[in-house]
Parts: sequence; structure tokens; C-alpha cells
Amino acid sequence: MSTPMNETVAAVKTGEPLVRIEDVHKFFGTHHVLRGIDMTVREGEVSVIIGPSGSGKSTLLRCVNMLETISAGRIRVRDDLIGFRDVNGRLHHLPAKDIAAQRREIGMVFQRFNLFPHRTALQNIIEAPTQVKRQSKAAARAKAMELLDRVGLAEKADYYPAQLSGGQQQRVAIARALAMEPELMLFDEPTSALDPELVGDVLNVMKDLAQSGMTMIVVTHEIGFAREVGDTLTFMDAGVVVESGDPREVMANPQHARTREFLSRVL
Amino acid sequence: MSGPALSGTRSDKAAPARPELIDAVPVRHPGRWAGAVIIFIVAALLVQSLVTNQNFRWDTVGTYLLDVLVIQGIGWTLLLTVLSMVIAIVLAILLAFMRQSDNPLFRYVSWVWVWFFRGTPVYTQLVFWGLIAVLYPKIALGVPFGPELFSFSTQDVINAFIAAVLGLGLNESAYLAEIFRAGLKSVDTGQMEAAEALGMRKSKIMWRIILPQAMRVIVPPTGNETIGMLKTTSLVLAVPFTLDLTFVTNGIANRSYLPIPLLIVAAIWYLVITSVLMVGQYFIERHYGKGVDNLIPAPVKATQAVTAAHTTPATTADEGGHV
Ligand SMILES: Nc1ncnc2c1ncn2[C@@H]1O[C@H](COP(=O)(O)OP(=O)(O)OP(=O)(O)O)[C@@H](O)[C@H]1O
Ligand SMILES: [Mg+2]
Repeated sequence: MSTPMNETVAAVKTGEPLVRIEDVHKFFGTHHVLRGIDMTVREGEVSVIIGPSGSGKSTLLRCVNMLETISAGRIRVRDDLIGFRDVNGRLHHLPAKDIAAQRREIGMVFQRFNLFPHRTALQNIIEAPTQVKRQSKAAARAKAMELLDRVGLAEKADYYPAQLSGGQQQRVAIARALAMEPELMLFDEPTSALDPELVGDVLNVMKDLAQSGMTMIVVTHEIGFAREVGDTLTFMDAGVVVESGDPREVMANPQHARTREFLSRVL
Repeated sequence: MSGPALSGTRSDKAAPARPELIDAVPVRHPGRWAGAVIIFIVAALLVQSLVTNQNFRWDTVGTYLLDVLVIQGIGWTLLLTVLSMVIAIVLAILLAFMRQSDNPLFRYVSWVWVWFFRGTPVYTQLVFWGLIAVLYPKIALGVPFGPELFSFSTQDVINAFIAAVLGLGLNESAYLAEIFRAGLKSVDTGQMEAAEALGMRKSKIMWRIILPQAMRVIVPPTGNETIGMLKTTSLVLAVPFTLDLTFVTNGIANRSYLPIPLLIVAAIWYLVITSVLMVGQYFIERHYGKGVDNLIPAPVKATQAVTAAHTTPATTADEGGHV
């Protein structure tokens, strides 16, 4: 591996590795976007990824749940090879059914929420549990109301997304992902489409989720969140991991010029 | 927020005096008045001519408006419209999905279908379906170039009515397929990704997430096409199918030498059916506009569900989630 890696990785969490990203590359045509990413996320860990625009953070997250297919390397979640099956050393693409099954274990929250506009908040949340997991409507509704309560929106259950503020929509989106009871949550800049005064509500929900032991990979520009909640901070630039370690340490004492430069702009 | 007396801040002051509301003189629109007068005069002239011109033969219109042959013609016209639109819609959904498929064969088949049925006149296609029994006297199902499993005479199965429905429906499916394709493309790609990320399968996503949102875009032009189809059914004499409204009223007109009143009879009925279809379209549009176009103030039954879901009543406020 030619990528510069920081050796001061202070693994705060001691859980088993849940996500293992091994020398992952991604090409869009001839555009080499991910250039050998190595990363491990342990159970219960909050792994925060920062980096300049275009560095490949979203692409990496999207590879973890197969919204993009990697070009080289391996991604494992628990013991599953994401997107492929290894038959005697030769990789076979997984059929759609198995990819869907892998995705059920991985929740994702998008920058632009992507709630289903024709469904109320409650209907958004019960959609996958009833349609994919075949839960009964009543059970799914009870669970959904619990989740809405958890994100502080119980009384908005029958509102359509268009009737909710951005922050409320994002919290519904988090509840929707949690309804599938994933073992891993991916957040792709969950607060960057929000008005500043709405950011806090969403971050609070994420913080509480982290405290409840959820394993999370969070791409964000919220340095405060990274410092306070993150167990690991990874700085990416131009498709490589430049530096990774304890968030407070990396921020106080960045080892690389590129990290220093980036942090000086966002801190 | 216009809550009562915010404690502390303003309690010493009396409630602010009601402001003097503006009562301005509106802008005058003399042009509108002139336009209205002209339109009124033209309309009055039109009505006068309708009433006084004896050539309209309103008495004959009255006689035939509810004639049993005419009513039967309406029935056949409606049946042709509904059945051919049902066939067209089912095929169009299939064709639109195929066009978006990962399978290149499906994409080509869909493209060729639209190319062919949109590229030849519907009249030609109707004549062709009428002649299908000449072209294929027998329909047989079996292995290509191999043994036949079963067969039947084409004439027995594809009578004039079925030929008409097939001709209209297949032709229309090509136009609708493009409307459905545009509708599917209008849905944000984030919707597909969000549903995929939840572990939903493609077919389910299409049916439950993408298509319902696409319907907002699909329904208005499809309503247009349905009304168009209502009148295109008059071409079925090409098959020949001879029981529809236009053919029947034409027949009566020819026998009685009174073409104008019978054209009016047909026109009145086409207008009536179109109006009914427009009402139907209004409700369909309203259904698929839910959550986007027609945002009724949200109901409050949620609170009951909260108490059902918890043993302790929820005490959450809107602000600040707590897990
Ligand atoms: N579907 C795609 N096809 C081609 N190029 C793509 C595609 N998606 C992303 N890219 C390119 O990959 C690079 C990395 O994009 P990515 O969205 O992962 O960056 P990012 O780090 O998330 O940036 P940002 O902070 O702006 O969200 C960019 O140069 C982008 O143009
Ligand atoms: Mg991004």
C-alpha cells in the first residue's frame, strides 16, 4: 500500500471488527476515484470521515451498501463479502436478491433525506418492515411510533414529508433506516442540506444513537460532532486515506500537511 | 407564534392597538370589460343562431338522442374505449419497465414495439387486424418448427370486436409507453437509492415507490389519450366493426337523410362522456397528488397511536430528539 497512513490509531472501542474495507479501488470509467482505501470499523464504533469535496467520501459509503460496485479490493460487513461471492478464489456477482438481503443489515441516511413524498412519516417508516421483512402492519406501526418518539417526532406521524422541516425530515429518515434494525448505519453528510438552526436536532439524534451502541460511519463537515462523538476520525483526500486516528488527537496534532491545511479551513 | 401574553417580556404593556387596515382603490381594468362585452355579444349571436336556424332540426336531435340504437352505440363505444385503454395501460407499464431494465434484450424489444406501433397509422393497423384471419386462418401453440400443442380457427377467436380492441389497444400502448417512460424518469433517482438501501427489490420499488410518484406526471396526458381514444374508436369501421356510436348515427343519418341533427346527437354524447372522464381524472389526479399537490392539514390521529405503542404516554416535544 502506497497510501500514507498514520500509525497512532488509538482504537477506543474494543469490539470485533464489523466493517473491513481492504484496498478498495473505484473507477468511474477512467476516473480513478478511490485509490486503495483501507479501513476497519469495530462494533459500536463511530467512525467519522472528513475530507475536501470530491475526495470520494460519498463514493466509499455508497460502495459499502452496493449503491456503487467496487472495482478492486474487498468490503466485508460481519463475514459477508459485500456484492460478491467467492467461489474457489473467483468472485461472482451476487444476484439482486442477495444484495437486497445484505442491504437490510445496513441503514443509510442521505444528504437530501430521500423520504418517499407520497407517504406520511409513519408510512415511510413501515414501508420496508412490512414489504421486505413481512412484519404485520400493527407490529410495524407500533415499532415505527416508538422510533418516531425516539427522534422526537411522535406527533408528526401522519404528516407528509412536504409538511415537515428539513431537520424533521432527516430525523424521520433516520427512523426509517432504524426500522429495519440494521447492524450498521451510514450517514452521508446528514446535516449539510439543513438550515443551521436545525442541525442540532439531527446531531442530537445521532449522538444518542451512538450512545446506544450503534455502529456508525459518518461523513460530515461537523467537526464538533466528530470531536465529541467520534471514536475514529479519518481524513480522506483525492481517493486515499491520508490520516486516521483518535479524533481529538488528529485535530490537535495532525501529522500531514494536507490534514493540517484542511482542518485549518474547517475548524 | 401568536400565543397569549408572553410572560415577563411584554406583560406591562397593553395589547397593541389594532392597526388601521389599508383600504386602497383597486386598479381598474377597462380592457376586461370591453373584452367581456365582445364575448357576450358573440355568445348571444351563437345561441340565437342555434335556436332560430331551422336546419339544426332540434326536434330530430331530441328524437334520436335517447334512441335505443344510439344508446347501444354508446355502450359499444365505451366498451371499446375502456378495454383498449386497459390493454394499452397494462402494456405501457410493461414496456416502460422493460425500457428501464438492465436487460438489453428487454430494452430493444420495448423500443422496437414503440417504433412499430407508433410508426404505422392506426387505420392501417385496424384494417390489418380485420384481415388477420385471412393472414393466419389458424392459431396454433406449439414448439417452433416442432409439434403443435393445440390450435383453433382464427375466425372463431378474433371476431370484429376483438380485432378492434386489439388494434386500438396495441397502437395506443406505444404512445402510452412513452408517457409512462417520461413519468418514471421524472422521479428523483434518490427515491430508487433510498428504497434500495432499505433492502427492497427492484420490482417492489417500481410498483410501490417509483410508479405512484410517476403517476402525478402520467395521469394528465393519459387522460388526454383516453379522451382521444374515445373518438378514435370511430375508426373501427376499418375492421369493420359497425356498432359504435359514430357508425350508428351515420347509419341513421343516411337512412333518414338528416346528417346534421345526427352529427349533433353524436357530438352531444361524446361531450357528455368526455365530461365524465374529466371528472374521473380529477379524482385520480387528486389521489396521486397526495403528499405533494394537495397537502391537506395533517390529521392528528397519530397521538392515539403513540399511546397505543407505549405504556407511558409520550411526553416528547417537537424539538430535540432523545434516543
Ligand atoms: N456516478 C458517477 N460517475 C462518475 N463520476 C462520479 C460519480 N459519482 C462520483 N463521481 C466522481 O467521483 C469523485 C468523488 O465523488 P464523491 O461524491 O465521492 O465525493 P465526496 O467526497 O463525497 O464529495 P462531497 O464532499 O462534495 O460530497 C468526484 O470527482 C465525482 O465527480
Ligand atoms: Mg459526498
